[in-house]
Amino acid sequence: MVRLINNLKELYRFRVLIQNLISRELKARYRGTVLGFLWSFFNPLLLMSVYTIVFGFILKPKDPAFDGSPWFYALFLFCGILPWVWFSSSSIESANTLMINGNLIKKILFPAEILPIVTLTSNFIHFSFGLPILLLFLFVFGKTLTLYALLLPVVILVQYVFSLGFGFLISALTVHFRDIKDILGNLLTFWFFTTPIVYSLNSPPIEEHPAIKAILILNPMTHIMEGYHDCLFYGRALHWSSLGLVFLVSLLLFYIGYAVFDRLRDSFPEEV
Amino acid sequence: MHAIELDRVTRVYQKYSARHRFQTFKSALVKGDLFRSLRPDELVVALDKVSLHVEKGMTFGVIGENGSGKSTLLKIISGIAKPTSGRLKVNGKISALIELGAGFHPEISGRENVFINGIMLGLSKKEISQKFDEIVRFAELEQFIDAPVKTYSSGMYMRLGFSIAINVNPEVLLIDEVLAVGDAAFVPKCLDRIDDFRRRKKTILFVSHDLTTVTKICDRVAWMKGGKIQMLGEPKRVVDAYLQDVVIKQEEDFQERKDQIPAPAVESSPPPGPEPAVEDEKREQRWGKREIEIRKVTLRTARGEEKHVFHPEEGMVIEMDVAALDPLKDFVFGIGIFNSQGISCYGTNTDLEDLEPVSISGEGKVTCRIERLGLINGTYYLDLAVHKRDGYPYDYHRNLYSFLVSSTLRDVGVVRLSHSWTFTPQIKFKRPGKLDKG
Repeated sequence: MVRLINNLKELYRFRVLIQNLISRELKARYRGTVLGFLWSFFNPLLLMSVYTIVFGFILKPKDPAFDGSPWFYALFLFCGILPWVWFSSSSIESANTLMINGNLIKKILFPAEILPIVTLTSNFIHFSFGLPILLLFLFVFGKTLTLYALLLPVVILVQYVFSLGFGFLISALTVHFRDIKDILGNLLTFWFFTTPIVYSLNSPPIEEHPAIKAILILNPMTHIMEGYHDCLFYGRALHWSSLGLVFLVSLLLFYIGYAVFDRLRDSFPEEV
Repeated sequence: MHAIELDRVTRVYQKYSARHRFQTFKSALVKGDLFRSLRPDELVVALDKVSLHVEKGMTFGVIGENGSGKSTLLKIISGIAKPTSGRLKVNGKISALIELGAGFHPEISGRENVFINGIMLGLSKKEISQKFDEIVRFAELEQFIDAPVKTYSSGMYMRLGFSIAINVNPEVLLIDEVLAVGDAAFVPKCLDRIDDFRRRKKTILFVSHDLTTVTKICDRVAWMKGGKIQMLGEPKRVVDAYLQDVVIKQEEDFQERKDQIPAPAVESSPPPGPEPAVEDEKREQRWGKREIEIRKVTLRTARGEEKHVFHPEEGMVIEMDVAALDPLKDFVFGIGIFNSQGISCYGTNTDLEDLEPVSISGEGKVTCRIERLGLINGTYYLDLAVHKRDGYPYDYHRNLYSFLVSSTLRDVGVVRLSHSWTFTPQIKFKRPGKLDKG
């Protein structure tokens, strides 16, 4: 624990480097593209459009939460997909980040934990590019924002800690087990559908099946998503108890993830 | 005051078996040995209780074969790798030129990469801004600095990497074989910079295979072998000892290779059939009916020891054990020396030298003494033959034997002619091997 805190302090010294690596990441990602950073916004928008057409217009939402309106459903989707894309793309990139930057680990004195942090944070910045657009949509389609929207940073913090712990764990293990990348892809698909993103947690079919509901409740991402829905879509107070619990779980995951990372650290220069 | 202190530093690398390479997460879970599979099953000792003190302001060279632990030593000192046991102390800011441009991102411009790389090497943003022009000028990249690094040639890439690293202005500079890739114009510039460092009493640790440069710029040299320091001391002496060791190793390699070359057949009866089968398609061949047979060939020094690696100024003795089935009156012994390009460097035979054959019967020995080999460095092949004066072969050995000429001499050509230089007093040279103390 003391080591963890010392190492984190050490990271503070590297903040300029972290900053620069993040901006490098952002610059490099869309260099050569016509739309540039607008892709950060188009990607979730396209995904949302597909889901809106399929689930909103073809299958029609019966959930009372959407008042039978495909537009409300689209907003609901947008509230969930944006943070989910942040989570899933940073997880997938974390799996690769140590290998891609193997040169740095092998040749330069460099605290490797910077890499998952850079991955997560640069994806966070993409996420935050999407936020104003989400807010605009909410406004245009008649969902009035309440003061509860100000609680958004709390939810983001919980997700950040959770994702970082997950990122440490995944990135360190992938160095030794390369197929985690592939497992992760499948896991994330499964995870996506066991998180209330394309449906609401309180929709009638879920309430009728306690087993399904139990699975959803046990999934930490459920409560994080509910946080986004609560403060943006429903405009109501957060479920502090469940979100608080998830925060504790996130801290635990962070601790475990970091411990594994730290334990395997010395093997990185040889294995990446 | 020591700039670098290592006290019984050991570094053990974990080597995972081939099985582990194909280990997957799934299979580890299924077999339930997830944690066991994270444990190595073989250990490689890259550094074995190395103790080393490098004084401040010294240029310290490290030489040794590949895999002797040089790079590991550098990585330990730079902090990239941690010692498994032992103590390490470095006084002062350190910069490592281990791989130039490590961490350049191909998609972004040289300018942005200078900043990121500089920060990685320990400069602050402000320092980089101050030194930016100097970095770019030294790298000769003024026109290209805003182009993405992926458009750079490997030389430009290297120059930029070197330029950043050298401008970190460290107290201790580690250099690992990085100068090997520079072009003819850039390397002297780099060496100038290194000289400049020496003048300012900074400590340099220089790992290289370029023994000439090592002898020229280093104050002390350590020779590493098998993870240990084999020898430490004055550059010329250590380099010579190392070269001696290399020659011995080359000799052993040759001995091994010789055993694999089809040795002349020992059975005395000539094979049946009109023409013995050519041994294989390689250029090493043997033919002739072996009325007179060359049974054994030995290469020796002038003093008579068996050897396959020679110094150009050394003598060589070629010894052939021959045997004649029946007494014969017409025979010629010949030798030919070819270099690796197949150029005939020298050839002669007893007939060319007007030796009139009288008789041969039973077993005997033919010895050809070469007083001074006079060849340049390289691998050479020997043709040995015994034939009639009209050319009819008894036993012809083509390229069956080889030897190596190895030395620190660097002259070129086909042969090394005996020569010496003299100058009138107006023309002065420094004696080679002397330290240039800047």
